[in-house]
Amino acid sequence: MTATHARTQHPSAEHAPATPASDQSQQSSESDRLNQSRVGNDRPVGVPGPATRPSAPEVEARTLGTASTTAVPGPPRWRAALGKAAPILLALAGIAAIWYLVSYLLLPAEQRFLLPPPHEAFGNTATNPAVMTPMLEALGRSVSVAMIGLVIAVAVGIGYAVLMSSAGWAERILYPYAVILQTIPILALVPLIGIWFGYGLGARVIVCVIIALFPMISNTLFGLQSASAASHDLFTLNKATALQRLTKLKFPAALPSIFTGLRNAAGLSVIGALVGDYFFQQGPVGIGGLLRTYTLRIQMDALFTAIALTAVFGVAVFTLFAVLDRLVIGRWYGQRQ
Amino acid sequence: MTAPTASAPAPTASQPDSMTRTLVLDGVSKQFATGTVALTDVDLHLRSGDFVTVVGPSGCGKSTLLRLASGLDDVTEGTVEVNAHATSYVFQEATLLEWRTAAKNVELADELRGLPTSQRRSRAQEVLDLVGLTGFEKQFPRQLSGGMRMRVSIARALVTDPDLALFDEPFGALDEITRLRMQTELQRIFQLKKFAGLFITHSVSEAVYLSTRVIVMSGRPGQVVADIPIPWDYPRPPELRYSSEFAALTGEVSTALGEHS
Repeated sequence: MTATHARTQHPSAEHAPATPASDQSQQSSESDRLNQSRVGNDRPVGVPGPATRPSAPEVEARTLGTASTTAVPGPPRWRAALGKAAPILLALAGIAAIWYLVSYLLLPAEQRFLLPPPHEAFGNTATNPAVMTPMLEALGRSVSVAMIGLVIAVAVGIGYAVLMSSAGWAERILYPYAVILQTIPILALVPLIGIWFGYGLGARVIVCVIIALFPMISNTLFGLQSASAASHDLFTLNKATALQRLTKLKFPAALPSIFTGLRNAAGLSVIGALVGDYFFQQGPVGIGGLLRTYTLRIQMDALFTAIALTAVFGVAVFTLFAVLDRLVIGRWYGQRQ
Repeated sequence: MTAPTASAPAPTASQPDSMTRTLVLDGVSKQFATGTVALTDVDLHLRSGDFVTVVGPSGCGKSTLLRLASGLDDVTEGTVEVNAHATSYVFQEATLLEWRTAAKNVELADELRGLPTSQRRSRAQEVLDLVGLTGFEKQFPRQLSGGMRMRVSIARALVTDPDLALFDEPFGALDEITRLRMQTELQRIFQLKKFAGLFITHSVSEAVYLSTRVIVMSGRPGQVVADIPIPWDYPRPPELRYSSEFAALTGEVSTALGEHS
């Protein structure tokens, strides 16, 4: 009795009907909208308005039936996407507005070169292949430096944290190195790295890794230690091996933190790629080197375009990992933040 | 048995159940490294078909008793003897792995033992059906209510077909209605599976309703101060809780608790 009892009781609990319910509300609001528009245009005689419309399901079904044959307004998914993007688009529009305002209203004409209006800054650069081509090439080099650096930082960071989490003594021995790495100002190290490793791709990647490594280590370590004592007991009682405990408990429990670390490390790896480039002033030029060159030559149009490109790069990296995060973690924990 | 053994292999399978003690605690004491004495001189014998609940004031070492019986902790003095091919443990919280579906959570023990996938699937399905979670196999823990999470936890404990099942206040965090329902469910499962059960609780009525024996412990250091047999056969109807015999027994347990806390 009890088993079937439980079965009949639970589907009504919270989740099983979640999708149908939300679908229904969506549909009914859609049918409301249709009704209203019909009422607004030419209300057929005998069809009651929304206020007096009986809420019987047959009526709902009938209006839905007609709705599917007549034109249905834009798909809801498209609307939802627009709704999500709206704040970002608004922010961009706000920035553009302020930009134009400063450029045209605040700055006198002879100082306008300090902040050329966006269409001039980007337009002049984009239409000039002599500037645009080397800039995109430099961006490509920086992107590869940042991505190689990030991959290494992630691998080394996770590995280092796994090692630390394997035993209390390992953490006590290994953690100070990570802290030292974090506390030394990276700018102090960059020239040294140049002297030791040259000014090529390798040295730039090293700068990148050093900058991006710490958040990977600390977040992963925190995550690996986040599994509850009871769940560790569960694995002990089932005589799990150390490897099983790592792969089936500690690592999956750490994934949300690892993704937090990834987002931080990804942002920092972009900065790392620019910093190395900016300070080396030798070897293959990246976007950081060009920023410096444009600044020195007061090529404002090119400078603003380069800044915008790095910003787009940073946003793209951040978005990539946010999407990845939601794909992997969202399934388990629902939507975070 | 002189050395404390956490768990022993099962030579018991061929022997009749009634002859074997599934769990024997003899003169067990536990002192923690901090100096706190959690238990002194506890004797406890469990056979299959016994469902023993332990009640006592907070901090009297009830949970410590379970940890000793399961081998999670070692005794300071005395012996623990377990004759069971499998022991299971149900925690205070459901303690589900959030990244696994209900079915995958239940499969964990078999997965760690290296059982083939098809076999552990069917074993998990069997116990999920038993606890009334048919149709919820693919749900993640966050999608389940507190009561359902606890059902998954119980299914996970039953999947190895344990001879000894330890329960550490599993229904303490549930609301009253869910709690009463889970008591009925557990009773039905116990009737079916006939393991030896050791169940920790704060609730006197839960103890009397569920068990064949109620053990009352004193405050720290924990000692057994009363061992009260509960006479009724299973299944016990929920209305039993409102009978005068039930009231008499809960009164007896409460009195024993009151005198020693």
